[in-house]
Order: sequence, then C-alpha cells, then structure tokens
Amino acid sequence: MRIRRLLAMATKETRQIWRDPRSLLIALLMPFMQMALLGYGVSLDIKHLPVCTFDREASQNSQALLKRFQASEYFQIVKVAGTYRQVTTALDHSDCRMAIIVPPDFTERLSDTGASSVQAIVDGTDTNTANIAIGYAQAVIGAFAANVQLQATAYQGRPLQVLQPVALQSRVWFNEDLESRNFIIPGVIALVMALVGAQLTSLTISREWERGTMELLISTPVTPMEVMLGKLVPYFVIGMLDATFCLAVSVLWFGVPFRGTLATLFLATALFLIVVLGIGYLISVNIRSQVGAAQMGVLVTLLPTSLLSGFAFPIDQMPVAIQGITYVVFARYYITALRALFLKGSGVLDLAAPLAAMVVYAAVIAFLAARAFHKTLD
Amino acid sequence: MFERIWQIVIKEFLELRRDKWARFRLIVPPLVQMLVFGYAATFEVYHVPTVVLDRDQTQESRELISRFSSSDRFDIVRVAQTDGQVERAIDRGDTTVAIIIHPEFANLLRKGQSAPLQVIVDGTNSNTALIALGYVGTIVDQFSADYAADLMRRGLLGPHAKPLTINLETRPWYNPDLNGRWFFVPGVVASLTLVLVVSLTASAIVREREVGTLEQLMVTPIRSAELILGKTTPFFLIGLAEVALVALFGTLWFHVPFVGNPLILLLGTVLFLLSTLGLGISISTVCKTQQQAFASQFFVLNPMFILSGFSFPISSMPVVLQWLTYLNPMRYYLVVIRGTFIKGVGLSALWPDMLGMAGLGCFLLAVSILRFRKSLD
Repeated sequence: MRIRRLLAMATKETRQIWRDPRSLLIALLMPFMQMALLGYGVSLDIKHLPVCTFDREASQNSQALLKRFQASEYFQIVKVAGTYRQVTTALDHSDCRMAIIVPPDFTERLSDTGASSVQAIVDGTDTNTANIAIGYAQAVIGAFAANVQLQATAYQGRPLQVLQPVALQSRVWFNEDLESRNFIIPGVIALVMALVGAQLTSLTISREWERGTMELLISTPVTPMEVMLGKLVPYFVIGMLDATFCLAVSVLWFGVPFRGTLATLFLATALFLIVVLGIGYLISVNIRSQVGAAQMGVLVTLLPTSLLSGFAFPIDQMPVAIQGITYVVFARYYITALRALFLKGSGVLDLAAPLAAMVVYAAVIAFLAARAFHKTLD
Repeated sequence: MFERIWQIVIKEFLELRRDKWARFRLIVPPLVQMLVFGYAATFEVYHVPTVVLDRDQTQESRELISRFSSSDRFDIVRVAQTDGQVERAIDRGDTTVAIIIHPEFANLLRKGQSAPLQVIVDGTNSNTALIALGYVGTIVDQFSADYAADLMRRGLLGPHAKPLTINLETRPWYNPDLNGRWFFVPGVVASLTLVLVVSLTASAIVREREVGTLEQLMVTPIRSAELILGKTTPFFLIGLAEVALVALFGTLWFHVPFVGNPLILLLGTVLFLLSTLGLGISISTVCKTQQQAFASQFFVLNPMFILSGFSFPISSMPVVLQWLTYLNPMRYYLVVIRGTFIKGVGLSALWPDMLGMAGLGCFLLAVSILRFRKSLD
C-alpha cells in the first residue's frame, strides 16, 4: 500500500463527490432535513388531547372536576356533550380521543359513602396515546379527590388526618422531565448517519461500472485495498462532519442535554461509520446497477435502524426471537451508546459492551470490504 | 382509444412479468415488513426489569414486593443490598425501575402513619418510563387502600378521616385490550402501499425515458392522456392487489379484527391510490434517471411517513407541522383504514377524510398529467 496512490484515489473521489450535486445534496441537506423533521415531528408526549365531556350531574362539584381537565395541559375539552349519543358520535368521528362522563349521583355518592366514580371512555385505536391519557386522567382525578377532602375537613373545623398509608415518592433519572425529545433525538443522529453513509457509499463502485470508468480504474496500478480506503476516506470525513453538525443541532437547537465526553462520542461515531460505510461499499461492489445498490442500501441500513434498534420501539418489549435479531443490528449498539452519552453521561467503561460489539462489527466489515473488490472485469 | 390503452396496460404487465427483481419487490419485502412491524413495533410496557432494595425486611415490605413481582408489568431481576448497587443497576441500564423500601416502613404503617416508598425510574425512554410510573402508582395505591381497609376492619385506626376515593372507570373502546398490533398493522398496510405504488410508478416512467423507449412510444399514434392512463392502470391494479394481500396477511397472521365495511375501505383505497399515482408521475417528470427518481422519492416519502400519524400522534406535533399534515394523503388514508379495520365507522364519520384524499388526488393527478405532457414535448 502506498500513501501516494491512496491520496490520489481519495482526491479523485472527493472531486467526484464535489461535482455530483446529488451526492452533495444527500451529504449536506439530508442531515438538516432529517433532524428538523424527526426532531419536531417525532414526539410521543401528549399535549392538548381533544376531550369530550358529558356532565350528567351538572353540579358545582362536577364542574370543578371538569375544570381541572380543562386546566391540565394534557387535555383540551373540545366538546361538551348533552346526550350519550353525542359522546359516541364524537368518538366515532375522532373529534375527541377521550370522553369523561360524570354520573348523575357523583356528589351524592361521594358525600354519602366517600367513594364515587367517573367514567372515561378512551379511543383505543392509538394504544399508546390511550395508555398515557388514562394515566394523566387518573392523576387529575386523584388531585381532585385530595382537594375535596382537604376542603371538607377544613369546613368541618376538625383537622382530621387523612390516612394514606404509603406515600409514593417517585423520581425520574436521566430525563427528569420525561421529554420524549431527549429520548428520540440521540436516535435520530444514528438514523441520519446510517442514511447518509449507506446512501453515499452504496453508489461509489456501481457508479464506476455504469459510467464505464471501471476499466480505467482496473488498469491503474492501484491495489484493491487502496481502492477501498481511497474511496471511503472522503465519505468518512463527510460522515464525521455530519455527525458534528447533528450533535450541535441536538444540543444547541433542541436543547438535549449532553452529559458524556466528546471523545467517547466521536469514538463510537467513528466505529459506527466504519460499519455503515463498509456495508455500503460491500453492496456497491456486489450490485452493479446504481438503483439496485441504492435500494439495497436503504433496505439493509435504514429499515433495521429505524425498527429494530430501539430507536422508537423498546427492544425488551419485542418477542424473544426478534430480540435475538436485534443483536445483529449494529445500530442498536450505537443508539445505546448515544443515549447513554447524552442522558446518562456514561464513560468508556460503562459503555464497554456496546463499544466492544461495535469494534468486532467494524473489524469484520472492514475485513470483508478489503477483500471484496477484485480487479477483474466480470 | 380503449384498444390503445389496453395495449399499453398489457405491455406494462409483460414488462413486470419479465422483471424478476420487481416481482420479488412486490411480494417479499411487504410481507417481511409486515411481520417485523407486527412483532417489533410496540409501545406496550410489560416485564419492566426492576431492582428492589428492601431495608425493612418485614411482612409488609415483602407483601408490597410480591405485588410487584406477581404483576406481569414488572420483573424483579435483582435484589440489591446497598444504595450503590441500586445506582449501578440503573446506571448500566440493567434495570429500568428501582423500588427502595425505607427501614421504618412497617413500623410507620402499623402506627397508622404515612410510610415513604421511594421509586426511581430511568427516564431515558420517556414513554416506557411514563407508562411504568403509572403502573407503579396503581400497584402502590392498591396496596395502600388494602392496608387502610385492613387497619379499619381491625379497629386499629385512630381518629382518621376516611379517605375519599374517586374511581376512574376506564373503557377503551374499539380496542378493549389496548393491543398495539391493532394500531400498527393497518398502518403498515397504508405505508407499504404508499412506498410501493409511488416508487413503481416513478421508476417505470423514468426507466422508459432512460432506456429511450419513451420516444418510441411517442411516435406511435397514442395520445399522452391515453399513455398515462395505460401506464398507471397496471400500478393502480397492483396497488389494490397489494392492499388486499398485505391486509389479509396482517389480519390473519396477527388476528387484527376487521369490523368495518370492506366497500368503504375499497373506496378509500381507490382515492388514496389516485394521490400516490399522481405523486409517482410527478416525480418521474422531474427526474431524468432512475437513480434520481429513487433519491427524490426518499425526500418525499420519508416526511409523508413521519407526518402521517403512523406512529407519532399528529396532535403532539408543533402547529406548523400539524398544518402540513393536511397536505399528506396518507394522513387521511390512515384514518380511513383504522376507521374501517378497528372502529367500524361508516361514511358519516369518514367523509371529511375521503374528501381530503379525493381533493389531493385530483390535484396531484392533474398537475402530474400537465407536467408529463410538457416533459414529452
């Protein structure tokens, strides 16, 4: 291997990227677009969920309860129904996602027996939203009950102690406000890197075939190893620049806390890039048409990265067989490392397992890629 | 005229039959994606790995812990002896929830005082954390209520007020068990149809231009409207077949119910296909090579997918993005497909979405046909 030939190869590839507007578009615009789109569009938080109310009691008490729903930022009362039929219609037409129904004997039962109930009909179509909405509704009702109790004891003039045997003190670590943005955005970085890396490199060899420059390349004294390195180094540099850009946007624009060390982040990113670029290169060597290579690139990198890496769907909730598959999805390790670096501030030692997995992966892919290119025409 | 259109349709099908890769693409990836999505796409929270630090070691504390371990929401995977062990388990991500029981837990309870219970949740995955916190609350409240009732029954309760309780009776409609697959499987049908039809249409026309056969077509007596009709009809039919295949597979394999009227779904699918065909043709008029067509699909389809409500609720997006979703035919189709699969609602509920798709579809088709004519000259 000669450095001079390697440099020549890298220079040629850099010029080719620079002169190909599409490559530049992918390299520069794609990260920007993806960060904006996913950073804003992907949110699992519930805010202003449209709610319909049906107050069958219409008392001061029931109105006070419904006011609490209105005041909560999680709910927004969009419809006040007068009949049960209106409630079902509103749910059927998706005008509201939840209906709160106060029974006619709500206050009576509360003052007589100290126990009453409120009905919540939830649109179960979106199961996750339904689940979270139920949780928030319970919190609103619990707070209301406590408040009524407080007022009642104050009114009676005897400061009675309210029995609540266990006082739950829950604390959330790492993502204290439970912002889904803090969870999603580190994953978006992995998604962007996978996308850009695979898209760019999957074309690099097939382009030479389609443009007929392959024969020229083969007739030069450059070795397969030099071809691989020379072709991948420019993309590696672009990838690292994109990663830096994504990191800056995450922290400065979206305000995701970064608690780890930059050195560990760049180490993990470099390993991830080697794998992604290597896979793109392997596809490119094996599939001669550019379209086929690009489609394969998306199929192999983007789909697993978005579905099986824990990006949005938690791996430990998947069936065991699928969990087994996720160990092969290299993005899984990168996303684990990224989240830990951003939110937990983990060091290299904490991340030994995912980093080791990525080193092994990178070594295998680099080995395969180095052997993949043959200087023959068929 | 019909004769000429028919010839083009036959030609397209012949081309498709000879293209092995295209046939493969029509059947295998959709089914694989349906399987992966059906199994992997879940926001449900079961068997959360939990660590317990019981500093009290009494009957009461063990009773509380057993309530966690007997729930299928939590798996107690570790019993810690020190605070440090708890901290490490959460730091390393081995456990998501930590339950720490105060040394005076039972003492305080027996005296009728409030006993603190500390729970730490790893908030990295905000969604899991939020839902897990809800389950922790339910279990602890139940324990608390049972204990209070027990104290009262044994007459051990001092001058305490009886706690007021308001029970929230939750009724999830349409999906009583809140099974996540019912949410995702119809969505996958929609997204697969979108991707397949747009990419097939775009690449078919661009391929013809790239290979140079588009000029040959132009010297035949066919008119451009006929040509477009002839070229899109096969993809329209393929789209319908694809929806039928994937929907059937999804419902049978994952036992997702179909409670609505199939004719309404058919109507919605036809309207949705209008938009996707229009999009495909529009892309083909802008791009010169298949390679470009593929890349631009990416820039169009990805935002459509994210901004459709497929997995992330539209109501949680910033308002500007919410407006943008109205320009997205997939948004409407998802409402229709979920409405017919799961809710079983009819046209009276779905007409705004049908109208939205029809409007967008006509607009996109009209624009694409105009552009296509121009690109022919």
